[in-house]
Amino acid sequence: MGADPALTPGALAPAAPLARARGRRLTGERLRPPGEPRRAGYLFLLPALCVYAAFVLVPLGHTVWLSLHRWDGLLPMTWAGLGNYEQIVRDPGLRGAFGHAFVLIAFYALVPVSLGLVLVAALSRGRVRGQAAFRTVLFLPQVVPMVVVAVIWRLIYEPQHGSLNELLRAVGLGGLARPWLGDFTWALPAVGVVGTWVMSGLALVLFMAGVQKIPQSLYDAARVDGAGPLREFFAVTLPNLRGEIAVALTLTTIAALRNFDLVYLTTQGGPGDSTSVPAFQVYNRAFRVGQVGSAAAVGFTLACVIFLISFLITRIAERGQE
Amino acid sequence: MTKKPAVLAGLVLATAALGAALAGTAASGGERSAAAKATVTLLVWDQEVRGGQNAAMNALNAAFQKRYPNIQIKRVAKSFTDLQTTLKLAASGPNPPDVVEANNGYSAMGPLVQAKLLMPLDRYAARYGWNARYSAGIRRMNMFSADGKRFGTGSLFGLPMTGEVVGVFYNKAKLRQLGLGVPKTFEQFETALAKAKAAGETPIQFGNLDKWPGIHMYEEPMLQDTPKTWARSWVFGAGVPSFENAGTKTAAATLRKWVENGYFTDGYAGLGYDPSWGDFGKGQGLFLVTGSWVTADLKKALGSGVGFFLLPPHAGRPLATLGGEGLPWAISSKTKNADAAAAYLDFITNARAAQVLADNGLLPAMKAPVKVPAGLDTEVYAAWKLANAKDAIVPYLDWATPTMYDTLTAAIQKLMAGKSTSAQFTAEVQKDYAAFHKGGS
Repeated sequence: MGADPALTPGALAPAAPLARARGRRLTGERLRPPGEPRRAGYLFLLPALCVYAAFVLVPLGHTVWLSLHRWDGLLPMTWAGLGNYEQIVRDPGLRGAFGHAFVLIAFYALVPVSLGLVLVAALSRGRVRGQAAFRTVLFLPQVVPMVVVAVIWRLIYEPQHGSLNELLRAVGLGGLARPWLGDFTWALPAVGVVGTWVMSGLALVLFMAGVQKIPQSLYDAARVDGAGPLREFFAVTLPNLRGEIAVALTLTTIAALRNFDLVYLTTQGGPGDSTSVPAFQVYNRAFRVGQVGSAAAVGFTLACVIFLISFLITRIAERGQE
Repeated sequence: MTKKPAVLAGLVLATAALGAALAGTAASGGERSAAAKATVTLLVWDQEVRGGQNAAMNALNAAFQKRYPNIQIKRVAKSFTDLQTTLKLAASGPNPPDVVEANNGYSAMGPLVQAKLLMPLDRYAARYGWNARYSAGIRRMNMFSADGKRFGTGSLFGLPMTGEVVGVFYNKAKLRQLGLGVPKTFEQFETALAKAKAAGETPIQFGNLDKWPGIHMYEEPMLQDTPKTWARSWVFGAGVPSFENAGTKTAAATLRKWVENGYFTDGYAGLGYDPSWGDFGKGQGLFLVTGSWVTADLKKALGSGVGFFLLPPHAGRPLATLGGEGLPWAISSKTKNADAAAAYLDFITNARAAQVLADNGLLPAMKAPVKVPAGLDTEVYAAWKLANAKDAIVPYLDWATPTMYDTLTAAIQKLMAGKSTSAQFTAEVQKDYAAFHKGGS
């Protein structure tokens, strides 16, 4: 930038007479209140900022720019104003996609976090033999690539030879067996359950790490005071896990909202549009249908929703701490 | 016999191309002696990556290099999805492939023509006699108006190499057990379905989890209830005829009736395409309505126990069937070696190439007769030849608009599940169609 800090009128003004009195040797630098960062400090930020700008800010800006146009990816774009955003509100298909994403939050975030808390409450009560082994097994779904997860669950849900339906038939509940991923009512929950399966391990491992941080003395004190397991959970475990819960909720919610691979590989948004989600629409519109502007608008809206929700989660977690 | 002049022309052209290359190098300061050895490089993007396709491509490319040592083929093979998602960016970029497979219709070829990125091939078609190589129905699938807004008319922009036809694979033993012969009319086909059901057999092996098989399952009966000229006009967007008519509604009702009668695999809505034909290969189900692309796999699974026929028309009506072509090969308008590219296109679609394709288990799109192995291959090839001879081939409905694939597959899933009526179904399809065609004309 080359701007000499000493030349900034605001910074110099009150100290100016003193500087003049001591002669020109003194620069504005010495006159800065102690602890005030030097502007030169921003130079150190520059490399990281450049990388961040090149790979995040500029593409983001470009996406917003695209979202204000109609473009098929080839021909010159035409200005669309907010038309693409209006379409998100108006088009029942796109509105539905966002609705499905919110339903998936329940399966991806709320259920795994609740489940993780229940399990961790049970585990924190006493030493469980082979805890490390449990942890590994529960965390395993996180390690398996989503493509493999999708293929496995497609097999599990298969109408005739799938293990879920075979299990139902074996225990005499054959009436409940159905083509899960092809059922208008059950396809979305079926996809959601896969999310629960993947995310539960993550939540549990986070909580188990958090519980180990809680001083044993707190539990001892609670027990001396005659707290039962329930009371102990609400008075000791839960408040001390606030940070971990916020992290788990943020991660799983983001995973729910940006879900693409699972839907793409299991149902392609079907049957009908019953499992269509925003990220799938982004891919479809940008690469298959040739509606790049609309894809950008959906993508940017999705990013905003994700930002807003993670912001809310951290705010709530922080407020609770005060 | 007709291929000789074409080959000759190809040689002449290749020489011309070499000459042009020589001139180019000389002009840019290269030495004449070095330029004499210089080769023209063709960057070719294709998606012929699966077993037989890849083998055929390798054989054809090797033969081409032998014939034209001065033209170097630089092949980039990608999966279909990969090609589809990168094609537009590559074609509009500074270094586009000279030859590329561009998907038919309004979603890929249309925009590329509109952006003037593909070269009209009429000049070369006249020189090489390409128009006589294909039946009229197949040829139209590669044509676009110069502005890229009208499909199925105007200039030729691509040449298909392989063909495909949708029909009915049947389990010979099961049909015999039911005491039936190959159905000759649509009514006989429905009788067979009812008989199979009554005998506790799955009449039609079907899985619609992947969405696209539904298009074939609907369009095949639809072509028996609508005039094929109407169906073609509708797909190509000529004259913008409405989808809301008696024939399409009758077909929708038929499909729904088949679901209600339990003619499809139990749980078809949650069954993937691959497991469904896989089950047919294991001997489950009487019929399988799908395309010629599973021929090799079914032959491997069922040997001589499987046959093929085209869905028969109602008594007294003409034959009409769903079919198409592999991705057409097109030439970039930015290429510096158009003549060499045309020689390549000619080489991979001539009569000899047709035989190479057939040898690798593929159905050539060209009319040139080929020898195919006995059994299922012969039955499928005979059906393909018949459909071409009678010009009975109608393209896929989802070619009609860029968004039609999504609209149609979702609408068919709803129709089959009883979530919408025949009238609602046709209205939904027409709405997508009208929205796309209201702008252009």
